[in-house]
Amino acid sequence: MTDWFTIVVHVCLFVTTISILLLLYRAVRGPSNPDRVVALDTIGINLIAITGIMAIILDTVQLNDIILLIGILTFIATVSVAKFLEKGVIIDQDRD
Amino acid sequence: MLSLIKIVISFFLIAGTFFIFSGTLGVLRFPDVYSRLHAASKASTLGVSGILIGAFIYVLSEMHVFSGKLILGILFVLLTAPVAGHMISRAAYRTGVPLSEKTVFNELENKDRSNTP
Repeated sequence: MTDWFTIVVHVCLFVTTISILLLLYRAVRGPSNPDRVVALDTIGINLIAITGIMAIILDTVQLNDIILLIGILTFIATVSVAKFLEKGVIIDQDRD
Repeated sequence: MLSLIKIVISFFLIAGTFFIFSGTLGVLRFPDVYSRLHAASKASTLGVSGILIGAFIYVLSEMHVFSGKLILGILFVLLTAPVAGHMISRAAYRTGVPLSEKTVFNELENKDRSNTP
């Protein structure tokens, strides 16, 4: 059965996957390190979107925890890498 | 069979996918890291909000489950994407990543860079 709604959902999944593959080019080749961090952050955001589309395709509600998990991990990874690029350490010992 | 609720879900999904793909094109094509951050944070936030609203309506209409975790995911992305973008931009400026040559105005140009808190 090829419902039109199934076709729409699969096209959305395909376009989001293509955008992740295009972002991998920027994550590998980016001229500086902050470019790579931007590309990896956007890849994390797109993974949340892919998880939402897969929850529609698989017809389940079990993937809703995974959306929150990917969001939190992406935010912490981005903040820690940005702090590492700025100061050279992630957890600094002196309290200034 | 053309039901109204699936048309609404498809509208949100297609709008979200369009914003995500335009954000990806912005990250690929913009000249320097500061303008890439605009495309990454704003367009991707709108895109993931659209797709998660579509998934929320689908779960509510097909399985009759009010999924608060999807709403919480949208709120979390809306709160944390500007913070992450601002931290990357600050780290890039303080480590001396050059601006594009098409930049017309730099507000931080005459500030003392060594006096950062």
